[in-house]
Amino acid sequence: MPKKINLPLQETDLMALKAGDRVLLSGVVYTARDAAHKRMIEQKKEGIPFPIDLTNQVIYYVGPTPAKPGMVIGSAGPTTSGRMDLYTPRLLEAGLKGMIGKGYRSEEVKQAMIKHKAVYFGAVGGAAALIARSIKSSEVIAYEDLGTEAIRKLTIENFPVFVINDAHGGDVYQEGVAQYKS
Amino acid sequence: MKKIHYENIVEQVAEICKKSNYNLGEDVYSAFKLALQTEQSEIGKEVISQLIENADIAKAEQVPMCQDTGTAVFIVEVGQDCHIVGGSLVDAINEGVKKGYGEGYLRNSIIYNPLNRKNTGDNTPAIVHIDLVEGDNITIHMTAKGGGAENMSDLKMLKPSDGIEGVKKYILSIVKEAGPNACPPLVVGIGIGGNFERCAYLAKKSLFRPLGVRHEDPVVAELEEELMSEINRLGIGPQGMGGNTTALDVKVEVESCHIAALPVAVNLNCHASRHQTITLT
Repeated sequence: MPKKINLPLQETDLMALKAGDRVLLSGVVYTARDAAHKRMIEQKKEGIPFPIDLTNQVIYYVGPTPAKPGMVIGSAGPTTSGRMDLYTPRLLEAGLKGMIGKGYRSEEVKQAMIKHKAVYFGAVGGAAALIARSIKSSEVIAYEDLGTEAIRKLTIENFPVFVINDAHGGDVYQEGVAQYKS
Repeated sequence: MKKIHYENIVEQVAEICKKSNYNLGEDVYSAFKLALQTEQSEIGKEVISQLIENADIAKAEQVPMCQDTGTAVFIVEVGQDCHIVGGSLVDAINEGVKKGYGEGYLRNSIIYNPLNRKNTGDNTPAIVHIDLVEGDNITIHMTAKGGGAENMSDLKMLKPSDGIEGVKKYILSIVKEAGPNACPPLVVGIGIGGNFERCAYLAKKSLFRPLGVRHEDPVVAELEEELMSEINRLGIGPQGMGGNTTALDVKVEVESCHIAALPVAVNLNCHASRHQTITLT
């Protein structure tokens, strides 16, 4: 049975998560992918604050398709997280507690997750129409000029994910593959 | 001489852009159903169940199955006895892509220049390969190719002394390195031979062959089977979280090459293996 977790992430919930857990997330997440990450970090260097308060928040790496009329959002599955690795440690320092994406993270990101007590969730890449059903509202809140790459505030309900990297160093990519290699 | 109109090409291309993104092919859908029976990992089974449900929703609601609606890649077989009127073939394809991606609420993922990264806003230009063939028909094969799996693809100029064992070792190393990033279960497209650019094209072309259809040359077909079984023993599994379903299929295309060469290209495709074919007569 999947665990149900409400966002923003509470430390007790977060520390109890183990790599391989099935989780249904409900609450608010923010979207950001390549271009938004790059801009956030570049602007921060110039002294401009992040457009969102990252404390205890979760970022979802997604660039949705345009919404059809009457729909909250278009198809919205995860993109490859590794492209954000360069920027992620800086966001974890600023209070970010969770990320949703797919694919490997760098050693540096994994170490920063242990240090700052954060968790990396994987959604099923390519299950974008199914995932969109658990998104109940969507609003662009920053970088509108980036189009699909703008920062959106999403309200989600029972959004299906797996824990890929937990806050204790557990890694389902390593553990799962070791178990089934023959 | 048969005339094929520019506008006809535009309309048909627009339609297949939408269809390929909304309707997962029966070949892939059947492969999911089979994998659900044979997958050993519980997490892996859950992933495949989600993918089946996702395909059902996309088809019923006519929405994209994946938010990455891809680069529109075409292989067009143009009969040398037909005459295209009203404009050029490549312009017609690009106009069809613009129309299909716009009307179909598909994502625009193409940028003008890899160095300045500004979006073109209509998913053009498409990648168009043209094969001149006998006859007077035009057959258009289209795939919406996702970026995640494309990014994990690779090409290597091996030495002839590396032989078939070297070829297999290299292919397995690329699938292993791709792990979860290429969105397994995968379709693995392989080109062997040709030269540097032809080899990459062969790997791409192999991905247009429907799942479950083996190469007509029994030796190549056997290599496909062998690679499939070895890839599925890597343990990567659905979404890389462990399991015995890493590849839904493996496709190999082989061509002649130089005495000094052994080019091998591995073009990975995610499970959203979207391809459509139409013939304009």
